[in-house]
Amino acid sequence: MTMTAPASAATREALGPTLIRLVQEGMDIAVVDADLGKSTTAQKFRAEYPERFFELGAAEQNMMSVAAGLSTMGFTVFASTFAVFAEHAYDQLRMSIAQPNLNVKVVVSHGGVSVGEDGASAQSVEDIALFSSLVPFRVLVPADLAETVACLEVAARTPGPFMIRTGRSKVSAIYPDGSHFQLGKASRLREGSDVTIIAIGLMVERALAAASTLASEGIEARVLNMASVRPLDTAALEAAAGETGAIVVAEEHLTHSGLGAMCAQHLVMHRPVPMEFVGVQNRYGESGTSNELLEIMGLTPEGIVAATKRVLTRKG
Amino acid sequence: MVTHTQLDPLTLSERVRRHVVTMVYEAQSGHIGGSLSATDIMSVLYTRILRVDPQRPDWADRDRFILSKGHCTPVQYATLAEMGYFPVEELRTFRKKGTRLQGHSILGKPPGVENSAGALGMGLSFGLGIALGRDFRGQDFHVYVLMGDGEQNEGQVWEAAMAVANYNLERIVAIVDRNHIQNDDFTANQMAIDPIDEKYRAFGWTVRSGIDGHNLKDVEEALTWARDHRGGPACLVFETVKGKGVSIFENNPGFHGAAPNAEQYAQAMRELGGEG
Repeated sequence: MTMTAPASAATREALGPTLIRLVQEGMDIAVVDADLGKSTTAQKFRAEYPERFFELGAAEQNMMSVAAGLSTMGFTVFASTFAVFAEHAYDQLRMSIAQPNLNVKVVVSHGGVSVGEDGASAQSVEDIALFSSLVPFRVLVPADLAETVACLEVAARTPGPFMIRTGRSKVSAIYPDGSHFQLGKASRLREGSDVTIIAIGLMVERALAAASTLASEGIEARVLNMASVRPLDTAALEAAAGETGAIVVAEEHLTHSGLGAMCAQHLVMHRPVPMEFVGVQNRYGESGTSNELLEIMGLTPEGIVAATKRVLTRKG
Repeated sequence: MVTHTQLDPLTLSERVRRHVVTMVYEAQSGHIGGSLSATDIMSVLYTRILRVDPQRPDWADRDRFILSKGHCTPVQYATLAEMGYFPVEELRTFRKKGTRLQGHSILGKPPGVENSAGALGMGLSFGLGIALGRDFRGQDFHVYVLMGDGEQNEGQVWEAAMAVANYNLERIVAIVDRNHIQNDDFTANQMAIDPIDEKYRAFGWTVRSGIDGHNLKDVEEALTWARDHRGGPACLVFETVKGKGVSIFENNPGFHGAAPNAEQYAQAMRELGGEG
């Protein structure tokens, strides 16, 4: 099955169709689900390959350890649930999957506060930190549907554990269909020499909008999509610091423990420059529409523009 | 059935008990009580029940033994070593720097260890994943999961019990080592886990309970029944004695995770028929 990227689509929609295609291409994939297959689109896979699909009910801890056991039978296993419910199974992720370094891909949908109306319990603001703390896990946060398809394929074809975060709300297409994704490589979406905006997930399109606004005011911002949160593209990071001298990181996650913190840790050792962080500031979410939540948290083009102007005042 | 040992269960269990006590004494840490309560079950499993080949630990059609109570590595390592998975001398490295014999189980270290464990409650789920994959592949091996009784406190055990029954899987055997003591105290003082057998029955398992887990004949009879059971999953609840075989360890909550001193070690080895 090929996916034609609608101009506006939710990244979660990539999962089922992509896994169907990978099995058609000969991959030995098994999928486990915890009663959220409709939302994660894993149910599409179930309809096509019921014998490769294992429903485990609303029991995420069991699901993660089952995924680990299945992987020892040679399968490339995909486990999907909402980001917040994957957190429910953190010790299973740690001991059943991460410590023995098993071939399990955890696709967490409904990441971030843009989940909206369901409120704080449903909004993961810490999932990137948690998965990044699982030593062998690669952590990917794609920006649009085409990139999500590519991330899923790279994860499927690369041994070992992965986390891929997808979103519930629709995002604009940034990449053409059939785009490739390279593990550990940032993608440079806009050239600029005054400042670099690093973004992931739905903040990428907001970073591009911010860069347009900044350009109209004479500020040329480089925009990097750092979808590969782990491994981080440290070369692109150091180049951005060296060539633009100031960095803003924008993510739908707690600022003190997410991508920004990881970038800062690297740069403070290798190429320190002024930085600003756009993200969730030490709080939980609440009910509201997706856009209202993003505005409440300052996860907007305007928020990125303001942070960029702040960081430029500190640039040497 | 394929087993590859000349050992009988009694000889194996006698050797394993001495290894367990010596390993924990020399490391001055480790879990004696729950290792000794499971020693006879393990000895029968490896000599009479499991289809395994210690020379081919990655053999695709081997039975899978999952130690879910991953603190009881002494009995697992000692059994595997005596079976020939790795040299018996290596047992002396238990819990020491650089060893393959880590305090709690790590998948593949040493050969014959099928899962990582230490945090309780995950083994039955892991075994379920293996069994689902096995059935997809059309293989016919068995999956045996050994759990503690304190471990039955863990909610994930019941998620897994429900899911195994949901798939009505055959050739998966849950074994509960009912030694009546958990980390801090007697199980009865920590959580009302009884009746364990009725709980598994209510979840859809066929259960045998009240089996003397130290009567090798009874253990073999029960494990043989469970191995041959068809139509759904089988559960065995063995009545055991924590610290079995050494009077000062037996039924003593102080020897869940504590190491013996020199005097206690000497006495233990005398009682176990070894030099102390």
